[in-house]
Amino acid sequence: MNIPFKQIIQTWSLNELFRGLLLTGKYFFKRKFTIQYPEEKTPKSPRFRGLHALRRYPNGEERCIACKLCEAVCPALAITIESEEREDGTRRTTRYDIDLFKCIYCGFCEEACPVDSIVLTDIDEYHFETGESGVVTKIDLLSLGDRYEDGIAAAREQDAPYR
Amino acid sequence: MDWMIQTWQQLPVILQLAVKIGLILGPLILSVAYYTYLERKVIAYMHVRVGPNRVGPKGLLQPIADVVKLMFKEMIQPTKSDHYLFFIAPVLALAPALAAWAVIPFSDSLVLADIDASLLYVLALTSMGVYGVIVAGWASNSKYAFLGAMRAAAQIVAYEIAMGFALVGVLMAAGSLNLSAIVQAQSGGIHQWYFIPLLPLFVVYLISGVAETNRAPFDVAEGESEIVAGFHVDYSGMGFALFFLAEYANMLLISALTVLMFLGGWNPPLEIPPFVWVPGLFWFLGKLCIVAFLFLWFRATFPRYRYDQIMRLGWKVFIPITLIWIGVIGFVRVFTPYGEIFR
Repeated sequence: MNIPFKQIIQTWSLNELFRGLLLTGKYFFKRKFTIQYPEEKTPKSPRFRGLHALRRYPNGEERCIACKLCEAVCPALAITIESEEREDGTRRTTRYDIDLFKCIYCGFCEEACPVDSIVLTDIDEYHFETGESGVVTKIDLLSLGDRYEDGIAAAREQDAPYR
Repeated sequence: MDWMIQTWQQLPVILQLAVKIGLILGPLILSVAYYTYLERKVIAYMHVRVGPNRVGPKGLLQPIADVVKLMFKEMIQPTKSDHYLFFIAPVLALAPALAAWAVIPFSDSLVLADIDASLLYVLALTSMGVYGVIVAGWASNSKYAFLGAMRAAAQIVAYEIAMGFALVGVLMAAGSLNLSAIVQAQSGGIHQWYFIPLLPLFVVYLISGVAETNRAPFDVAEGESEIVAGFHVDYSGMGFALFFLAEYANMLLISALTVLMFLGGWNPPLEIPPFVWVPGLFWFLGKLCIVAFLFLWFRATFPRYRYDQIMRLGWKVFIPITLIWIGVIGFVRVFTPYGEIFR
């Protein structure tokens, strides 16, 4: 039994316990970092990759030309495209499905698209009512694009200098 | 006013008592509910979080929501459990925690039963609480619950002794087993409170109190990392709620006892005008809140003790300290002229 005197004093004065209490006591009064989620949100990057959308040209014509580059590049095989010739002779999709349960939100489809049609918006709050299928169809994607076109265009513009 | 006092006196004694008990238990159970809220808030603040704030303004209705949820939950009983013991265990845990409040003097006149040996009564009842834990662990017929119960039993036995000896010191200083008399012996200002002359006993009592109520850092009886939730692992719904209630009622009880024994009960810290104008009840409740806050502060600060360290602390440190200090008190009182220090 050869305990240094200093250590005996430290033990019996409960020095370390008081120091611990002081530390937590200090944190008690610190500013809290919690984000009150539904009311407060953290800022999002313009490069944020969320829910997909299909864009249109300003004249209302859909951009997608059914080149199927996105389908080819998709690593999760989440995109399914069928196409045919429209009356005016252009090639258009008849089916454009994205299975969001397969999608890994890598953004390759957006990178691959030659006409900036398929994009990933910054929407990250969405859900499916059933667990059977997570497929969004061409109609859904186009209407998403119509609804959020302003935001999508703004984000693309903001990021353009770095592309 | 007169007719009210008259009708009150004409009521049968048993009815009067029932009303008084209701007046103690009602606020007590309410404060237990809000103590759980306070605990979540305090610990959250020390974690730099904000804690519950969704139910009602600032989350103030959270405990009400918790109670309602627990009341409507199904109470599941394991098939191989002991039917009667399983249901009686939560009651065994809760009843002593509530019954002990009968002798707590809230101020110089507010006490339900001013019995002579109230300290003894309190000691007896706080020791009874462990039966609820043991019976629950046994009746659940599960190894985790049983291990938790065994741990709780060994721990409470060890710390009950240190706690009892710490109170013997108070008893020697006050010369009475009556809680009101013990508080009266501490009147006259903060320097008269027993936590100064009996500092080692005060520290031992406070820490033993934490251990006695199975609170962090002595909560090996629950020890979720090893034995899930310990003795109440098989309880749900109201059964669980009663254990919860018992634990928090016990914490408040230990806080109240600490205030009465060592912090001067309802006495103001200085016997001069601005302090003596405040009624004694508020001094008592204020001190109780401070000690109760300490419990939460400890939980947010200290990591759980290892089981053998708990036993070592109880048997090899606390019991010798209390014994030595009791010896010191006795020696100083009898053989030296400085006996007044411990009076």
